[in-house]
Amino acid sequence: MNHFLTEEQQMIKETANEIAVKKIKPVAIEYDEKNEFPWDIQKEIADAGLCGVYIGEEYGGMVPKGENGIMNLVIAVEELSKECGGISLCLAATALGTIPIILFGSEEQKQKYLPSIASGETVAAFAITEAGAGSDAGSIQTTATKDGDSYILNGTKQWITNGEVAGTYVIIAMTDKSRGARGATAFIVEKGTPGFTFGKKEDKMGIRASSTYELVFEDCKVPAANILGKVGMGFMVAMKTFDMSRPGVAAQALGIAAGALNDAVDYARQREQFGHHIIANQGLRFLLADMSMKVETSRAIVYAVARSIDSGDLKCAKESAIAKCYASDMAMEVTTDAVQVFGGYGYMKEYPMEKRMRDAKITQIYEGTNQIQRDVIGHQLVKEAASRK
Amino acid sequence: MNIVVCLKQVPDSGDVKINPETKTLMREGVDAVINPFDCYALEEGVRLKERFGGTVTAISMGPPQAEKALREAISLGADKAVLVSDRAFAGSDTLATSYALSTAIKKLGDVDIIITGKQAIDGDTAQVGPGIAVHLDMPQITYVRKIEEVADGKIRAERMNEEGYDIVEADMPVLISVVKEINEPRIASLKGKMAARKAEIPTWTAEFVGADPKQLGLDGSPTMVVEVFAPPARQGGKRLEGEPADMAEQLVNELKELQIL
Repeated sequence: MNHFLTEEQQMIKETANEIAVKKIKPVAIEYDEKNEFPWDIQKEIADAGLCGVYIGEEYGGMVPKGENGIMNLVIAVEELSKECGGISLCLAATALGTIPIILFGSEEQKQKYLPSIASGETVAAFAITEAGAGSDAGSIQTTATKDGDSYILNGTKQWITNGEVAGTYVIIAMTDKSRGARGATAFIVEKGTPGFTFGKKEDKMGIRASSTYELVFEDCKVPAANILGKVGMGFMVAMKTFDMSRPGVAAQALGIAAGALNDAVDYARQREQFGHHIIANQGLRFLLADMSMKVETSRAIVYAVARSIDSGDLKCAKESAIAKCYASDMAMEVTTDAVQVFGGYGYMKEYPMEKRMRDAKITQIYEGTNQIQRDVIGHQLVKEAASRK
Repeated sequence: MNIVVCLKQVPDSGDVKINPETKTLMREGVDAVINPFDCYALEEGVRLKERFGGTVTAISMGPPQAEKALREAISLGADKAVLVSDRAFAGSDTLATSYALSTAIKKLGDVDIIITGKQAIDGDTAQVGPGIAVHLDMPQITYVRKIEEVADGKIRAERMNEEGYDIVEADMPVLISVVKEINEPRIASLKGKMAARKAEIPTWTAEFVGADPKQLGLDGSPTMVVEVFAPPARQGGKRLEGEPADMAEQLVNELKELQIL
């Protein structure tokens, strides 16, 4: 199918595919077992120039000045995720930590932080979630108290992807609890800042090649110059970031599912039972056909939303939520069916199928659970209806 | 450091079929790729550039479509590329080819090191690299698996042999041919692909490089191909059956008949 990729996007796709097949595939199971961040693959992704596909040219990336590069990001994440939905987070989770700087960073902040992220030297992370604040992000307890030209951060962030490995973190903290949602502020915090340490390393069900940590702030002094946007804009920064980053999660889900489908078809063509290849069974072909329909319809919505964002339409909360929710629900279904196609082999750890099912699950949960996504969609529907009158 | 890497475009080995009647390669519809051993040569050239500075020039003699291989070489880190292409080269054997390439390399100017793959996977001769060194009157180190040092106008390298390896030193300029153990070729970067898309690749003719027409093509090629044939398919061996003692007796008898025992 012609997806109307530009010449650059075609190059991104080919490059990411080559890394996925030659570099990621041979080590995906090993990293899953080791529960370790794949620095060697991060270097491959960096050397190939993929870290800057969604970052502006003026900061060392490949997006022309004034444009967005979400479609570039989506294509790269999809291809990498076909072989490992955990390793692809080198790129996707870094994008989540970088998009707030792209959207809200001052020129100085962009000059300071984006070039090393675009070159792949620095990995980035985004932190809003806390033990008591998941879907209810407004109840975060981490505080930032003004102290002259600085802010003092105190609190603990939980389940932070790229925690410990990232050099640059965007942290949402309460600067004024009395103002509720308008009392949160986004800060850029560098690894190594005194008072900023790492707590527990999480042992996860899937995406085990990604590094997930607690971030601990104890009287951590951050210059006011590191505020993203303005004081009190923290939740706006977070929500606008998610609107733009959710297609990346959707692409991760899409890639996991597409990789599962490819392997399921290959397996069905060579597995013999009852004297013939199992792909000759119409029941199985129908299952594969349904999987393919789900993958293609997801791809359609994910690409459409990414392109809409790239065209400059940043009021994309509903569509972004639809893409993330649809693609991740689809990925869970398709990977479950792919395990079914593989039968007993699918359930065994020596094949990459059960891993895909474990990796897919997180896409329904993080960057807003799919219940939150539906809530966002419903909320937007009401807003749209109200504005029609 | 001026580094020259010689590349050959060859049919992708996985797809090659032989026409059973003419015994020639069926090239139609077969992808053309950079000779795999030359990919290691290119990677080593790019690594030398990264260590010591300089430029990597990829050069290939072949038909116009070999430009694709050179463009790929740029995406993999070569700074520039030259296609040596002319009807006058058609039918060249390894002697004429190495002569033609040596004239083109002379045309490039000062060269410190020429790198080739150990052999091409289509002809498997391993003669063109050494031929170039002889035409240019420079030392050669073949089957290099590691470059240990490049300093003070000398190169020291590990050269594979059947039992292990030799450590060899040579004056530069030098030609080396490399084996696959030498490195792991990189994946082309986006930046490299962009550069490859924009690169201008000149075509140098026999006249342009100042090659003597008598030493080119069929006239310059002493090699005569007398016959091309497919080796006969191996016949299956004979299987002995029965009790071990009987089989042993049968085997001894047969070996005696064949006068092996």
